[in-house]
Amino acid sequence: MNQPTTQDVTLEIFRGDDDGGEMVEYTVEVQEGMVVLDAIHAVQAQHAGDLACRWNCKAGKCGSCSGEVNGHPKLMCMDRLDNYEAGETITVRPMKTFPIVKDITCDVSWNFERNAKIQTLQPRADTDWQFTQREADRVQEFRKCIECFLCQNVCHVLRDHDRKEEFIGPRFLVRLASLEMHPVDDADRLEQVKDEFGIGYCNITKCCTEACPEGITITDNAIIPMKERLVDRYYDPVLWLWRKLTGKD
Amino acid sequence: MAQADVSTAPSQRSLDSLGQTGRTDAWWTGPIATALGLGGFIIYSTFRAFYNADYDFGEASQLLHVLEQARQPTGEISRHAHLLSPFYSPTIILGGSLAWVSPAFLILWAPGGFRLTCYYYRKAYYRAFFLDPAACAVGEPSGLCGFKRGRNYQGETRLLVFQNLHRYFMYVAVAFIVLLYLDVIYSCTWPVLDDSGAVTGHEFNASLGSLVLFVTTTLLALYTFSCHSIRHLIGGRLNCYPETATGNLRYRLWSIVSILNKRHMLFAWLSLFMVGFADFYVWMVASGRFTDSPFFS
Repeated sequence: MNQPTTQDVTLEIFRGDDDGGEMVEYTVEVQEGMVVLDAIHAVQAQHAGDLACRWNCKAGKCGSCSGEVNGHPKLMCMDRLDNYEAGETITVRPMKTFPIVKDITCDVSWNFERNAKIQTLQPRADTDWQFTQREADRVQEFRKCIECFLCQNVCHVLRDHDRKEEFIGPRFLVRLASLEMHPVDDADRLEQVKDEFGIGYCNITKCCTEACPEGITITDNAIIPMKERLVDRYYDPVLWLWRKLTGKD
Repeated sequence: MAQADVSTAPSQRSLDSLGQTGRTDAWWTGPIATALGLGGFIIYSTFRAFYNADYDFGEASQLLHVLEQARQPTGEISRHAHLLSPFYSPTIILGGSLAWVSPAFLILWAPGGFRLTCYYYRKAYYRAFFLDPAACAVGEPSGLCGFKRGRNYQGETRLLVFQNLHRYFMYVAVAFIVLLYLDVIYSCTWPVLDDSGAVTGHEFNASLGSLVLFVTTTLLALYTFSCHSIRHLIGGRLNCYPETATGNLRYRLWSIVSILNKRHMLFAWLSLFMVGFADFYVWMVASGRFTDSPFFS
């Protein structure tokens, strides 16, 4: 039986906390087929047992090991080491948008606090819970979200402008879209989407879509349709006149 | 043998000004290419709008014949079907004290507004011209052209709230598609001349010019009908598609527009390039630098 190929990989990993830190270089031996998270585990095992790293499934489904590898927001468990040139130093940093707990582990609790402000599914009184697949298709895409918060991390409204009070971020606009488009939902969240959750701060530069490891078309399928629904309600004078004259939506 | 080397490097928390990033790839190529493409088109179209000449060639279309009589071309020109630059379509003839005004300015605001408020182009120019952000996970400038950024960022909530009028520009753009297809038909309608050179009728023919206009208009149609606003209005605004003829039709149309919508960026760039090229082609033909011959004798 053939022995797996091994080679040395050099990583620069952020060590520190929210008050500051430094990039520390480690060289570890890795095997063919390994991912960045494996290399992090090798660093923990061989050099730095106190290196903090959050992970769980190692299968791209739990959303725990989000970080920035060579500056790109990624799941470390899905980023193969052979994506990088032999001899290239791989940098690993925590997500920039959130406070650092320790090393490459972030405090993402802000997301859960904002999530709690979203009104859950409100089925109509006479709902029989039957709807067609074509009505389910759109919201099923949004159910793929694993809450890795890479989209929140890369969104420049949160990352560079720090508008966390005014803007809820792409992950939760996806959730709001899944509720607003749900065929049996009867709640109206549009005013909240406009005012409290600040969808107008999104200038649709699509970094959230580029970063999503689940391939959810966040901007085109969730945010823009929500913006268009707001146009229907608040910015379209013809529809406004139509509603006034007919009383129909 | 594995080893640990400890060295110091700037903390990642300092990545907060223009261009600072941990990215090692050529992230700047995208915004630079976009800026060159969009900037080049804006400069060319503005120049051509001010140029106000050499924007059509050949016998005037039947629809415009009466209006065009005053400057009906003669000789060589009258034997050619009517080629009209998309920058100057539909033909607007300004007389009297307004004769100096380029009709292009009365036309280009509509497709210009459609592209300005387009969801794809917003991404493109926010990144390329406003660096907001220049690229994903790349630091932004703290100010630009005297405007403070950072915590002062307002997105599309205040000054840019007009972007929400995109669907009205879309309605106008759809009307333009109809007009441009009429131009394609006119470009294929060649005059039949008798021995004295008088026009006795018309027949179908095609030339490179009509092919250029056809491809341009088709790309413009694909760009227009892949629009996010059309996708919403045609069916996206519904949560339920009832099993009725209307419900089935709206779902089917929404599905088709959704397929086109995935290529909205591609159609945006191809149509932008072709509309510029179509104008350039007509300019070259109208100025006598290039002969546009019919395909069929």
